[in-house]
Amino acid sequence: MTRPVPFSQRRYFPAVLGLGSFAAFVIAVEFLVYADILNRFIIPPPSDVIGAFPRVIMEEHVLARFTQTALEALAASVLVTIFGVAGGVLLYQFTLLRRATETWVAAIAAAPLVLMYPLYLVIFGRNATTIVMMGFTAGLAPIILKTLEGLSGTRRVLINVGRSFNLTRSQQFWKILFPAALPTIFVGMRLGLIFALINIVGVEYLINFGGLGQLINELAERYDLAGTYAAICFVILVSIIVFALTERLERWLRPAG
Amino acid sequence: MTVVAMPSGRMPGAATAEPILTVDNIVKQFETPDGVLTAVDNVSLSVRPGEFFGVIGPSGCGKSTLFNIIGGLLDGYDGTVRVAGETVDGPHPSIGMIFQEESTFPWRSVIDNVAFPLEIAGLPKSERYDRARHFVSLVGLDGFERRFPAELSGGMRQRVSMARTLAAQPKIMLMDEPFAALDEQTRLLLGDKVLQIQQELKQTTLLITHNITEAVQLSDRIMVMTYRPGKVKRIVEIDLPRPRTSEIVSSEAFGRYVAQIWSDLREEATRGLVEDESRKLRGGAGAPP
Ligand SMILES: Nc1ncnc2c1ncn2[C@@H]1O[C@H](COP(=O)(O)OP(=O)(O)OP(=O)(O)O)[C@@H](O)[C@H]1O
Ligand SMILES: [Mg+2]
Repeated sequence: MTRPVPFSQRRYFPAVLGLGSFAAFVIAVEFLVYADILNRFIIPPPSDVIGAFPRVIMEEHVLARFTQTALEALAASVLVTIFGVAGGVLLYQFTLLRRATETWVAAIAAAPLVLMYPLYLVIFGRNATTIVMMGFTAGLAPIILKTLEGLSGTRRVLINVGRSFNLTRSQQFWKILFPAALPTIFVGMRLGLIFALINIVGVEYLINFGGLGQLINELAERYDLAGTYAAICFVILVSIIVFALTERLERWLRPAG
Repeated sequence: MTVVAMPSGRMPGAATAEPILTVDNIVKQFETPDGVLTAVDNVSLSVRPGEFFGVIGPSGCGKSTLFNIIGGLLDGYDGTVRVAGETVDGPHPSIGMIFQEESTFPWRSVIDNVAFPLEIAGLPKSERYDRARHFVSLVGLDGFERRFPAELSGGMRQRVSMARTLAAQPKIMLMDEPFAALDEQTRLLLGDKVLQIQQELKQTTLLITHNITEAVQLSDRIMVMTYRPGKVKRIVEIDLPRPRTSEIVSSEAFGRYVAQIWSDLREEATRGLVEDESRKLRGGAGAPP
Protein backbone atom coordinates (compact mmCIF):
# COMPACT_ATOMS: atom_id res chain seq x y z
CA MET A 1 0.00 0.00 0.00
CA THR A 2 1.38 3.38 -0.92
CA ARG A 3 0.78 6.44 1.14
CA PRO A 4 -1.17 9.18 -0.64
CA VAL A 5 1.12 11.94 -1.92
CA PRO A 6 0.38 15.23 -0.15
CA PHE A 7 -1.37 17.70 -2.42
CA SER A 8 1.49 20.19 -2.27
CA GLN A 9 3.92 17.59 -3.68
CA ARG A 10 1.90 16.55 -6.71
CA ARG A 11 3.38 17.30 -10.08
CA TYR A 12 0.69 19.72 -11.23
CA PHE A 13 0.64 21.63 -7.95
CA PRO A 14 2.96 24.50 -9.05
CA ALA A 15 0.86 25.11 -12.18
CA VAL A 16 -2.36 25.07 -10.17
CA LEU A 17 -0.82 27.41 -7.60
CA GLY A 18 0.34 29.79 -10.34
CA LEU A 19 -3.03 29.91 -12.10
CA GLY A 20 -4.82 30.20 -8.76
CA SER A 21 -2.71 33.19 -7.70
CA PHE A 22 -3.30 34.82 -11.08
CA ALA A 23 -7.07 34.31 -10.78
CA ALA A 24 -6.99 35.71 -7.25
CA PHE A 25 -5.09 38.75 -8.51
CA VAL A 26 -7.62 39.34 -11.30
CA ILE A 27 -10.53 39.05 -8.87
CA ALA A 28 -8.81 41.45 -6.46
CA VAL A 29 -8.33 44.03 -9.24
CA GLU A 30 -11.96 43.64 -10.26
CA PHE A 31 -13.04 44.25 -6.69
CA LEU A 32 -10.74 47.27 -6.26
CA VAL A 33 -12.07 48.85 -9.44
CA TYR A 34 -15.69 48.37 -8.38
CA ALA A 35 -14.89 49.74 -4.94
CA ASP A 36 -13.50 52.85 -6.74
CA ILE A 37 -10.11 52.36 -5.14
CA LEU A 38 -8.56 51.93 -8.61
CA ASN A 39 -9.50 54.41 -11.31
CA ARG A 40 -11.47 52.58 -14.02
CA PHE A 41 -10.30 55.08 -16.64
CA ILE A 42 -6.74 53.95 -16.11
CA ILE A 43 -7.31 50.32 -15.20
CA PRO A 44 -10.37 48.79 -16.79
CA PRO A 45 -12.08 46.04 -14.76
CA PRO A 46 -10.76 42.62 -15.81
CA SER A 47 -14.26 41.53 -16.72
CA ASP A 48 -14.32 44.30 -19.37
CA VAL A 49 -10.98 43.09 -20.70
CA ILE A 50 -12.36 39.57 -21.00
CA GLY A 51 -15.48 41.02 -22.63
CA ALA A 52 -13.30 42.85 -25.16
CA PHE A 53 -11.76 39.64 -26.50
CA PRO A 54 -14.52 38.75 -29.00
CA ARG A 55 -14.49 42.30 -30.32
CA VAL A 56 -10.72 42.39 -30.65
CA ILE A 57 -10.71 39.01 -32.34
CA MET A 58 -13.59 39.63 -34.77
CA GLU A 59 -13.30 43.33 -35.59
CA GLU A 60 -9.60 44.04 -35.19
CA HIS A 61 -8.31 40.89 -36.95
CA VAL A 62 -6.12 40.15 -33.98
CA LEU A 63 -5.18 36.71 -35.29
CA ALA A 64 -3.57 38.12 -38.43
CA ARG A 65 -1.70 40.66 -36.32
CA PHE A 66 -0.73 38.01 -33.82
CA THR A 67 0.66 35.90 -36.66
CA GLN A 68 2.61 38.82 -38.03
CA THR A 69 4.21 39.68 -34.67
CA ALA A 70 4.86 36.01 -33.96
CA LEU A 71 6.60 35.57 -37.33
CA GLU A 72 8.68 38.70 -36.80
CA ALA A 73 9.61 37.42 -33.35
CA LEU A 74 10.50 34.01 -34.78
CA ALA A 75 12.66 35.52 -37.54
CA ALA A 76 14.45 37.77 -35.06
CA SER A 77 14.92 34.83 -32.63
CA VAL A 78 16.51 32.64 -35.28
CA LEU A 79 18.81 35.42 -36.46
CA VAL A 80 19.76 36.54 -32.99
CA THR A 81 20.52 32.97 -31.89
CA ILE A 82 22.68 32.16 -34.89
CA PHE A 83 24.63 35.39 -34.87
CA GLY A 84 24.74 35.70 -31.08
CA VAL A 85 26.13 32.22 -30.51
CA ALA A 86 28.53 32.56 -33.44
CA GLY A 87 29.68 35.93 -32.07
CA GLY A 88 30.27 34.45 -28.62
CA VAL A 89 32.25 31.58 -30.12
CA LEU A 90 34.40 34.01 -32.12
CA LEU A 91 35.13 36.11 -29.07
CA TYR A 92 36.04 32.91 -27.18
CA GLN A 93 38.38 31.69 -29.91
CA PHE A 94 40.19 34.94 -30.54
CA THR A 95 41.53 36.51 -27.39
CA LEU A 96 42.53 39.71 -29.15
CA LEU A 97 39.04 40.19 -30.53
CA ARG A 98 37.60 39.54 -27.10
CA ARG A 99 39.87 42.04 -25.36
CA ALA A 100 39.11 44.60 -28.05
CA THR A 101 35.33 44.31 -28.06
CA GLU A 102 34.02 42.78 -24.85
CA THR A 103 33.40 46.10 -23.09
CA TRP A 104 31.69 47.45 -26.19
CA VAL A 105 29.36 44.51 -26.37
CA ALA A 106 28.52 44.89 -22.69
CA ALA A 107 27.85 48.59 -23.19
CA ILE A 108 25.57 47.86 -26.14
CA ALA A 109 23.64 45.37 -24.02
CA ALA A 110 22.77 48.22 -21.64
CA ALA A 111 21.99 50.87 -24.30
CA PRO A 112 18.39 51.88 -25.14
CA LEU A 113 18.65 50.49 -28.63
CA VAL A 114 15.02 51.18 -29.42
CA LEU A 115 16.10 54.78 -30.08
CA MET A 116 17.88 53.56 -33.20
CA TYR A 117 14.60 53.01 -35.03
CA PRO A 118 14.78 56.22 -37.14
CA LEU A 119 18.10 55.06 -38.53
CA TYR A 120 16.69 51.64 -39.38
CA LEU A 121 13.67 53.31 -40.99
CA VAL A 122 16.05 55.14 -43.30
CA ILE A 123 18.05 51.99 -44.06
CA PHE A 124 15.28 49.41 -44.46
CA GLY A 125 12.11 51.49 -44.95
CA ARG A 126 8.84 51.29 -43.06
CA ASN A 127 8.35 47.55 -43.23
CA ALA A 128 8.76 44.26 -41.39
CA THR A 129 12.52 44.15 -42.11
CA THR A 130 13.07 47.22 -39.93
CA ILE A 131 11.08 45.58 -37.14
CA VAL A 132 12.93 42.27 -37.35
CA MET A 133 16.30 44.02 -37.51
CA MET A 134 15.42 46.12 -34.46
CA GLY A 135 14.54 42.96 -32.55
CA PHE A 136 17.76 41.36 -33.77
CA THR A 137 19.89 44.31 -32.67
CA ALA A 138 18.32 44.41 -29.24
CA GLY A 139 18.73 40.70 -28.53
CA LEU A 140 22.25 40.18 -29.88
CA ALA A 141 24.50 41.44 -27.07
CA PRO A 142 23.16 39.29 -24.21
CA ILE A 143 23.48 36.13 -26.28
CA ILE A 144 27.04 36.94 -27.32
CA LEU A 145 28.03 37.70 -23.73
CA LYS A 146 26.38 34.63 -22.23
CA THR A 147 27.82 32.33 -24.91
CA LEU A 148 31.28 33.71 -24.17
CA GLU A 149 30.71 33.30 -20.43
CA GLY A 150 29.49 29.71 -20.83
CA LEU A 151 32.43 28.68 -23.00
CA SER A 152 35.03 30.35 -20.78
CA GLY A 153 33.43 28.84 -17.70
CA THR A 154 33.86 25.24 -18.87
CA ARG A 155 35.62 23.36 -16.09
CA ARG A 156 39.32 22.89 -16.76
CA VAL A 157 39.18 19.18 -15.95
CA LEU A 158 36.53 18.51 -18.62
CA ILE A 159 38.75 20.15 -21.21
CA ASN A 160 41.62 18.01 -19.93
CA VAL A 161 39.51 14.86 -20.29
CA GLY A 162 39.04 15.77 -23.94
CA ARG A 163 42.71 16.50 -24.41
CA SER A 164 43.74 13.22 -22.77
CA PHE A 165 41.48 11.37 -25.21
CA ASN A 166 43.22 13.20 -28.08
CA LEU A 167 40.15 15.04 -29.34
CA THR A 168 40.55 17.22 -32.42
CA ARG A 169 39.80 20.92 -32.07
CA SER A 170 36.35 20.55 -33.56
CA GLN A 171 35.55 17.50 -31.42
CA GLN A 172 36.76 19.41 -28.38
CA PHE A 173 34.31 22.17 -29.26
CA TRP A 174 31.25 20.13 -30.22
CA LYS A 175 31.61 17.35 -27.67
CA ILE A 176 32.82 19.28 -24.64
CA LEU A 177 32.83 23.09 -24.77
CA PHE A 178 29.48 23.53 -26.46
CA PRO A 179 27.43 21.12 -24.32
CA ALA A 180 29.14 22.44 -21.18
CA ALA A 181 28.21 25.99 -22.16
CA LEU A 182 24.64 25.23 -23.26
CA PRO A 183 22.81 26.05 -20.01
CA THR A 184 24.50 29.47 -19.88
CA ILE A 185 23.86 30.03 -23.59
CA PHE A 186 20.18 29.39 -22.98
CA VAL A 187 20.11 31.93 -20.18
CA GLY A 188 21.46 34.41 -22.74
CA MET A 189 18.88 33.31 -25.27
CA ARG A 190 16.01 33.88 -22.86
CA LEU A 191 17.30 37.38 -22.10
CA GLY A 192 18.00 38.14 -25.75
CA LEU A 193 14.61 36.93 -26.93
CA ILE A 194 12.84 39.05 -24.31
CA PHE A 195 14.78 42.11 -25.47
CA ALA A 196 13.98 41.26 -29.08
CA LEU A 197 10.25 40.85 -28.44
CA ILE A 198 10.01 44.08 -26.41
CA ASN A 199 11.68 45.94 -29.25
CA ILE A 200 9.58 44.33 -31.95
CA VAL A 201 6.31 45.30 -30.30
CA GLY A 202 7.73 48.68 -29.30
CA VAL A 203 8.81 49.54 -32.84
CA GLU A 204 5.50 48.33 -34.29
CA TYR A 205 3.89 50.76 -31.88
CA LEU A 206 6.28 53.61 -32.69
CA ILE A 207 6.22 53.38 -36.47
CA ASN A 208 2.60 52.29 -36.53
CA PHE A 209 3.33 49.33 -38.75
CA GLY A 210 2.79 45.61 -38.44
CA GLY A 211 1.15 43.43 -35.89
CA LEU A 212 0.14 43.68 -32.25
CA GLY A 213 2.14 46.83 -31.51
CA GLN A 214 0.23 48.77 -34.12
CA LEU A 215 -3.08 47.39 -32.85
CA ILE A 216 -2.22 48.44 -29.30
CA ASN A 217 -1.37 51.88 -30.65
CA GLU A 218 -4.72 52.21 -32.45
CA LEU A 219 -6.79 50.93 -29.53
CA ALA A 220 -5.01 53.26 -27.13
CA GLU A 221 -5.59 56.22 -29.45
CA ARG A 222 -9.28 55.35 -29.47
CA TYR A 223 -9.10 55.17 -25.70
CA ASP A 224 -10.37 51.57 -25.84
CA LEU A 225 -8.59 50.52 -22.68
CA ALA A 226 -10.24 47.10 -22.33
CA GLY A 227 -9.29 46.35 -25.95
CA THR A 228 -5.70 47.54 -25.36
CA TYR A 229 -5.27 45.16 -22.44
CA ALA A 230 -6.84 42.33 -24.43
CA ALA A 231 -4.30 42.97 -27.21
CA ILE A 232 -1.47 42.98 -24.65
CA CYS A 233 -2.61 39.48 -23.63
CA PHE A 234 -1.74 38.36 -27.15
CA VAL A 235 1.75 39.81 -26.84
CA ILE A 236 2.14 37.71 -23.70
CA LEU A 237 0.98 34.71 -25.69
CA VAL A 238 3.75 35.31 -28.25
CA SER A 239 6.29 35.42 -25.45
CA ILE A 240 4.92 32.20 -23.94
CA ILE A 241 5.25 30.46 -27.29
CA VAL A 242 8.82 31.69 -27.83
CA PHE A 243 9.74 30.45 -24.35
CA ALA A 244 8.11 27.07 -24.80
CA LEU A 245 10.09 26.64 -28.02
CA THR A 246 13.43 27.51 -26.40
CA GLU A 247 12.69 25.14 -23.56
CA ARG A 248 11.97 22.35 -26.06
CA LEU A 249 15.18 23.11 -27.88
CA GLU A 250 17.19 23.01 -24.67
CA ARG A 251 15.73 19.66 -23.57
CA TRP A 252 16.47 18.26 -27.00
CA LEU A 253 20.06 19.55 -27.11
CA ARG A 254 20.88 18.68 -23.53
CA PRO A 255 18.65 16.05 -21.95
CA ALA A 256 20.11 16.30 -18.42
CA GLY A 257 20.24 19.73 -16.80
CA MET B 1 67.09 9.38 -3.34
CA THR B 2 67.40 5.98 -1.76
CA VAL B 3 66.25 2.88 -3.51
CA VAL B 4 65.44 0.12 -1.08
CA ALA B 5 66.17 -3.10 -2.89
CA MET B 6 64.06 -5.88 -1.47
CA PRO B 7 65.00 -9.48 -2.14
CA SER B 8 63.54 -10.01 -5.55
CA GLY B 9 63.43 -12.66 -8.22
CA ARG B 10 59.71 -12.52 -8.70
CA MET B 11 59.91 -10.85 -12.08
CA PRO B 12 62.66 -12.61 -14.01
CA GLY B 13 64.32 -10.22 -16.40
CA ALA B 14 62.38 -7.29 -15.02
CA ALA B 15 65.52 -5.26 -14.53
CA THR B 16 66.48 -5.61 -18.17
CA ALA B 17 63.00 -5.03 -19.69
CA GLU B 18 62.82 -1.76 -21.66
CA PRO B 19 60.91 0.76 -19.55
CA ILE B 20 57.64 1.77 -21.20
CA LEU B 21 57.62 5.12 -19.44
CA THR B 22 60.65 7.17 -18.49
CA VAL B 23 60.60 10.49 -16.69
CA ASP B 24 63.90 12.34 -16.51
CA ASN B 25 64.70 15.24 -14.18
CA ILE B 26 61.32 16.90 -14.30
CA VAL B 27 61.20 20.35 -12.74
CA LYS B 28 58.00 22.35 -12.80
CA GLN B 29 57.59 25.81 -11.35
CA PHE B 30 54.48 27.94 -11.08
CA GLU B 31 54.37 31.73 -10.97
CA THR B 32 52.23 32.65 -8.00
CA PRO B 33 51.43 36.01 -6.40
CA ASP B 34 53.93 35.18 -3.61
CA GLY B 35 56.73 34.31 -6.02
CA VAL B 36 57.89 31.22 -7.83
CA LEU B 37 56.66 27.92 -6.44
CA THR B 38 58.54 24.75 -7.29
CA ALA B 39 55.85 22.09 -7.46
CA VAL B 40 57.95 19.23 -8.83
CA ASP B 41 61.68 19.20 -8.21
CA ASN B 42 63.94 16.98 -10.27
CA VAL B 43 61.79 13.87 -10.33
CA SER B 44 63.01 10.89 -12.34
CA LEU B 45 61.44 7.49 -12.57
CA SER B 46 61.05 4.68 -15.02
CA VAL B 47 58.22 2.21 -15.18
CA ARG B 48 58.37 -1.27 -16.68
CA PRO B 49 55.67 -2.59 -18.97
CA GLY B 50 52.82 -4.07 -16.95
CA GLU B 51 54.10 -2.62 -13.71
CA PHE B 52 51.84 -1.17 -11.03
CA PHE B 53 53.56 1.94 -9.75
CA GLY B 54 52.23 3.69 -6.67
CA VAL B 55 52.86 7.35 -5.87
CA ILE B 56 52.33 8.59 -2.35
CA GLY B 57 53.16 11.89 -0.69
CA PRO B 58 51.73 14.67 1.44
CA SER B 59 49.00 16.89 0.09
CA GLY B 60 50.30 19.64 -2.19
CA CYS B 61 53.62 17.93 -2.93
CA GLY B 62 53.11 17.95 -6.69
CA LYS B 63 51.69 14.52 -7.46
CA SER B 64 48.87 15.76 -9.69
CA THR B 65 51.24 18.20 -11.36
CA LEU B 66 53.60 15.33 -12.17
CA PHE B 67 50.74 13.30 -13.67
CA ASN B 68 49.55 16.24 -15.74
CA ILE B 69 53.05 16.57 -17.15
CA ILE B 70 53.28 12.85 -17.97
CA GLY B 71 49.81 13.03 -19.52
CA GLY B 72 50.92 15.92 -21.74
CA LEU B 73 48.44 18.39 -20.28
CA LEU B 74 50.98 20.83 -18.85
CA ASP B 75 53.94 22.40 -20.53
CA GLY B 76 56.61 24.83 -19.51
CA TYR B 77 58.62 22.31 -17.51
CA ASP B 78 62.23 21.13 -17.61
CA GLY B 79 63.12 17.51 -18.23
CA THR B 80 61.72 14.87 -20.54
CA VAL B 81 58.95 12.32 -20.60
CA ARG B 82 59.38 9.33 -22.89
CA VAL B 83 56.90 6.62 -23.80
CA ALA B 84 58.57 3.51 -25.21
CA GLY B 85 61.69 5.54 -25.84
CA GLU B 86 59.97 8.31 -27.79
CA THR B 87 59.84 11.80 -26.25
CA VAL B 88 56.29 12.98 -25.73
CA ASP B 89 55.04 16.46 -26.22
CA GLY B 90 51.30 16.71 -25.62
CA PRO B 91 48.78 13.97 -24.83
CA HIS B 92 50.01 10.55 -25.93
CA PRO B 93 47.47 8.08 -27.38
CA SER B 94 48.72 5.23 -25.18
CA ILE B 95 48.23 7.20 -21.96
CA GLY B 96 44.82 7.29 -20.27
CA MET B 97 44.07 9.46 -17.26
CA ILE B 98 41.66 9.35 -14.36
CA PHE B 99 41.48 12.74 -12.75
CA GLN B 100 41.33 13.68 -9.10
CA GLU B 101 38.44 16.10 -9.57
CA GLU B 102 34.97 15.13 -10.61
CA SER B 103 35.24 14.75 -14.36
CA THR B 104 32.10 13.06 -15.68
CA PHE B 105 30.19 14.88 -18.41
CA PRO B 106 26.95 16.02 -16.72
CA TRP B 107 25.11 16.11 -20.07
CA ARG B 108 25.77 12.44 -20.82
CA SER B 109 24.20 9.42 -19.19
CA VAL B 110 26.44 6.88 -17.47
CA ILE B 111 26.61 4.65 -20.53
CA ASP B 112 27.28 7.59 -22.86
CA ASN B 113 30.01 8.83 -20.56
CA VAL B 114 31.71 5.46 -20.61
CA ALA B 115 31.20 5.08 -24.38
CA PHE B 116 32.77 8.50 -25.00
CA PRO B 117 36.31 7.40 -25.94
CA LEU B 118 34.86 4.64 -28.14
CA GLU B 119 32.69 7.19 -29.92
CA ILE B 120 35.78 9.31 -30.51
CA ALA B 121 37.58 6.25 -31.84
CA GLY B 122 34.73 5.81 -34.32
CA LEU B 123 33.44 2.42 -33.17
CA PRO B 124 30.01 1.44 -34.49
CA LYS B 125 27.19 2.15 -32.08
CA SER B 126 26.27 -1.38 -31.03
CA GLU B 127 29.87 -2.35 -30.46
CA ARG B 128 30.68 0.68 -28.36
CA TYR B 129 27.63 0.21 -26.17
CA ASP B 130 28.46 -3.47 -25.67
CA ARG B 131 31.95 -2.55 -24.59
CA ALA B 132 30.76 0.35 -22.45
CA ARG B 133 28.24 -1.91 -20.69
CA HIS B 134 31.03 -4.31 -19.86
CA PHE B 135 33.03 -1.58 -18.14
CA VAL B 136 29.99 -0.11 -16.40
CA SER B 137 29.34 -3.49 -14.86
CA LEU B 138 33.02 -3.91 -14.00
CA VAL B 139 32.90 -0.88 -11.72
CA GLY B 140 29.67 -2.14 -10.19
CA LEU B 141 27.19 0.26 -11.74
CA ASP B 142 24.82 -2.22 -13.39
CA GLY B 143 21.35 -0.79 -13.63
CA PHE B 144 22.56 2.82 -13.61
CA GLU B 145 23.38 2.99 -17.36
CA ARG B 146 20.62 5.47 -18.19
CA ARG B 147 21.15 7.72 -15.17
CA PHE B 148 22.85 11.08 -15.37
CA PRO B 149 25.80 12.06 -13.14
CA ALA B 150 23.64 14.49 -11.16
CA GLU B 151 21.63 11.49 -9.97
CA LEU B 152 24.69 9.63 -8.66
CA SER B 153 26.77 9.86 -5.51
CA GLY B 154 30.32 11.24 -5.59
CA GLY B 155 31.85 7.77 -5.38
CA MET B 156 29.62 6.49 -8.17
CA ARG B 157 30.62 9.39 -10.39
CA GLN B 158 34.28 8.66 -9.73
CA ARG B 159 33.64 5.07 -10.82
CA VAL B 160 31.99 6.34 -14.01
CA SER B 161 35.09 8.33 -14.95
CA MET B 162 37.19 5.33 -14.10
CA ALA B 163 35.13 3.09 -16.40
CA ARG B 164 35.37 5.75 -19.11
CA THR B 165 39.17 5.69 -19.06
CA LEU B 166 39.28 1.89 -18.76
CA ALA B 167 37.00 1.58 -21.79
CA ALA B 168 39.64 3.27 -23.93
CA GLN B 169 42.04 0.47 -22.87
CA PRO B 170 45.14 2.65 -22.79
CA LYS B 171 48.52 0.94 -22.45
CA ILE B 172 49.45 3.24 -19.59
CA MET B 173 46.93 4.36 -16.99
CA LEU B 174 47.48 7.39 -14.76
CA MET B 175 45.06 7.27 -11.85
CA ASP B 176 44.93 10.27 -9.54
CA GLU B 177 43.25 9.16 -6.31
CA PRO B 178 40.43 7.32 -8.07
CA PHE B 179 39.20 5.78 -4.82
CA ALA B 180 39.32 8.86 -2.64
CA ALA B 181 35.56 9.32 -2.49
CA LEU B 182 34.82 5.70 -1.65
CA ASP B 183 34.24 3.91 1.62
CA GLU B 184 36.88 1.42 2.78
CA GLN B 185 35.00 -1.72 1.67
CA THR B 186 34.21 -0.46 -1.83
CA ARG B 187 37.74 0.82 -2.08
CA LEU B 188 39.19 -2.62 -1.34
CA LEU B 189 36.82 -4.42 -3.69
CA LEU B 190 37.36 -1.92 -6.49
CA GLY B 191 41.09 -2.18 -5.87
CA ASP B 192 40.81 -5.94 -6.51
CA LYS B 193 38.88 -5.20 -9.72
CA VAL B 194 41.50 -2.74 -10.93
CA LEU B 195 44.27 -5.24 -10.25
CA GLN B 196 42.35 -7.91 -12.09
CA ILE B 197 41.79 -5.69 -15.14
CA GLN B 198 45.36 -4.49 -15.04
CA GLN B 199 46.68 -8.08 -15.01
CA GLU B 200 44.31 -9.16 -17.77
CA LEU B 201 45.11 -6.27 -20.09
CA LYS B 202 48.76 -6.15 -18.97
CA GLN B 203 48.30 -2.43 -18.47
CA THR B 204 51.01 -0.31 -16.95
CA THR B 205 49.42 1.62 -14.12
CA LEU B 206 50.52 4.62 -12.10
CA LEU B 207 48.39 5.32 -9.08
CA ILE B 208 48.39 8.33 -6.79
CA THR B 209 46.92 7.66 -3.39
CA HIS B 210 46.98 8.93 0.17
CA ASN B 211 46.15 5.51 1.46
CA ILE B 212 49.22 3.48 2.41
CA THR B 213 47.31 0.19 2.66
CA GLU B 214 45.92 0.71 -0.80
CA ALA B 215 49.34 1.57 -2.20
CA VAL B 216 50.96 -1.54 -0.73
CA GLN B 217 48.04 -3.76 -1.71
CA LEU B 218 48.22 -2.75 -5.36
CA SER B 219 51.77 -1.70 -6.21
CA ASP B 220 54.92 -3.40 -7.43
CA ARG B 221 56.84 -0.30 -6.43
CA ILE B 222 55.88 2.77 -4.46
CA MET B 223 57.43 6.19 -4.88
CA VAL B 224 57.29 8.28 -1.73
CA MET B 225 57.50 12.01 -2.40
CA THR B 226 58.73 14.76 -0.08
CA TYR B 227 56.73 17.76 1.00
CA ARG B 228 57.26 20.89 -1.09
CA PRO B 229 59.23 21.00 -3.27
CA GLY B 230 58.11 17.55 -4.42
CA LYS B 231 61.17 15.34 -4.77
CA VAL B 232 61.55 11.58 -4.76
CA LYS B 233 62.20 10.56 -1.16
CA ARG B 234 62.35 6.83 -1.71
CA ILE B 235 61.19 4.17 -4.13
CA VAL B 236 60.14 1.02 -2.31
CA GLU B 237 59.94 -2.34 -4.04
CA ILE B 238 56.89 -4.30 -2.76
CA ASP B 239 57.85 -7.93 -2.92
CA LEU B 240 54.54 -9.60 -2.18
CA PRO B 241 53.27 -12.56 -4.20
CA ARG B 242 50.77 -12.10 -7.04
CA PRO B 243 47.94 -12.51 -7.75
CA ARG B 244 47.02 -10.40 -4.74
CA THR B 245 43.62 -9.75 -3.34
CA SER B 246 42.53 -7.49 -0.53
CA GLU B 247 43.10 -10.43 1.87
CA ILE B 248 46.82 -9.83 1.73
CA VAL B 249 46.23 -6.82 3.96
CA SER B 250 46.31 -9.02 7.05
CA SER B 251 49.70 -10.65 6.34
CA GLU B 252 52.80 -9.86 8.38
CA ALA B 253 54.99 -8.80 5.44
CA PHE B 254 52.27 -6.39 4.42
CA GLY B 255 52.36 -4.79 7.85
CA ARG B 256 56.12 -4.25 7.59
CA TYR B 257 55.79 -2.37 4.31
CA VAL B 258 53.01 -0.22 5.67
CA ALA B 259 55.07 0.64 8.75
CA GLN B 260 58.11 1.56 6.67
CA ILE B 261 56.19 3.83 4.32
CA TRP B 262 54.28 5.37 7.15
CA SER B 263 57.48 6.39 8.92
CA ASP B 264 58.78 8.02 5.70
CA LEU B 265 55.53 9.76 5.16
CA ARG B 266 55.11 10.91 8.73
CA GLU B 267 58.38 12.81 8.53
CA GLU B 268 57.20 14.63 5.43
CA ALA B 269 53.67 15.26 6.61
CA THR B 270 54.98 16.68 9.90
CA ARG B 271 57.40 18.92 8.06
CA GLY B 272 54.51 20.07 5.86
CA LEU B 273 52.33 20.91 8.82
CA VAL B 274 55.08 22.79 10.63
CA GLU B 275 55.95 24.81 7.50
CA ASP B 276 52.33 25.67 6.85
CA GLU B 277 51.82 26.81 10.44
CA SER B 278 54.93 28.97 10.50
CA ARG B 279 54.01 30.50 7.13
CA LYS B 280 50.60 31.37 8.53
CA LEU B 281 52.16 32.91 11.61
CA ARG B 282 54.63 34.93 9.55
CA GLY B 283 51.85 36.06 7.23
CA GLY B 284 49.62 36.94 10.19
CA ALA B 285 52.20 38.96 12.17
CA GLY B 286 52.20 42.65 11.33
CA ALA B 287 49.92 42.21 8.36
CA PRO B 288 47.17 44.84 8.30
CA PRO B 289 43.71 43.40 8.93
N1 LIG C 1 48.09 26.01 -12.06
C1 LIG C 1 48.75 26.24 -10.92
N2 LIG C 1 49.17 27.48 -10.62
C2 LIG C 1 49.87 27.73 -9.50
N3 LIG C 1 50.16 26.79 -8.57
C3 LIG C 1 49.76 25.53 -8.81
C4 LIG C 1 49.01 25.19 -9.99
N4 LIG C 1 48.75 23.87 -9.94
C5 LIG C 1 49.29 23.41 -8.80
N5 LIG C 1 49.90 24.41 -8.11
C6 LIG C 1 50.62 24.28 -6.84
O1 LIG C 1 51.54 23.22 -6.97
C7 LIG C 1 51.59 22.46 -5.79
C8 LIG C 1 51.35 21.00 -6.10
O2 LIG C 1 50.01 20.82 -6.51
P1 LIG C 1 49.43 19.41 -6.87
O3 LIG C 1 48.03 19.58 -7.26
O4 LIG C 1 50.32 18.75 -7.84
O5 LIG C 1 49.51 18.66 -5.45
P2 LIG C 1 49.10 17.17 -5.08
O6 LIG C 1 50.32 16.48 -4.61
O7 LIG C 1 48.34 16.55 -6.17
O8 LIG C 1 48.16 17.42 -3.81
P3 LIG C 1 46.87 16.61 -3.33
O9 LIG C 1 47.36 15.35 -2.74
O10 LIG C 1 46.26 17.50 -2.30
O11 LIG C 1 46.01 16.41 -4.53
C9 LIG C 1 50.58 23.04 -4.84
O12 LIG C 1 51.26 23.83 -3.90
C10 LIG C 1 49.71 23.90 -5.71
O13 LIG C 1 49.28 25.03 -4.99
MG1 LIG D 1 46.43 16.02 -6.43
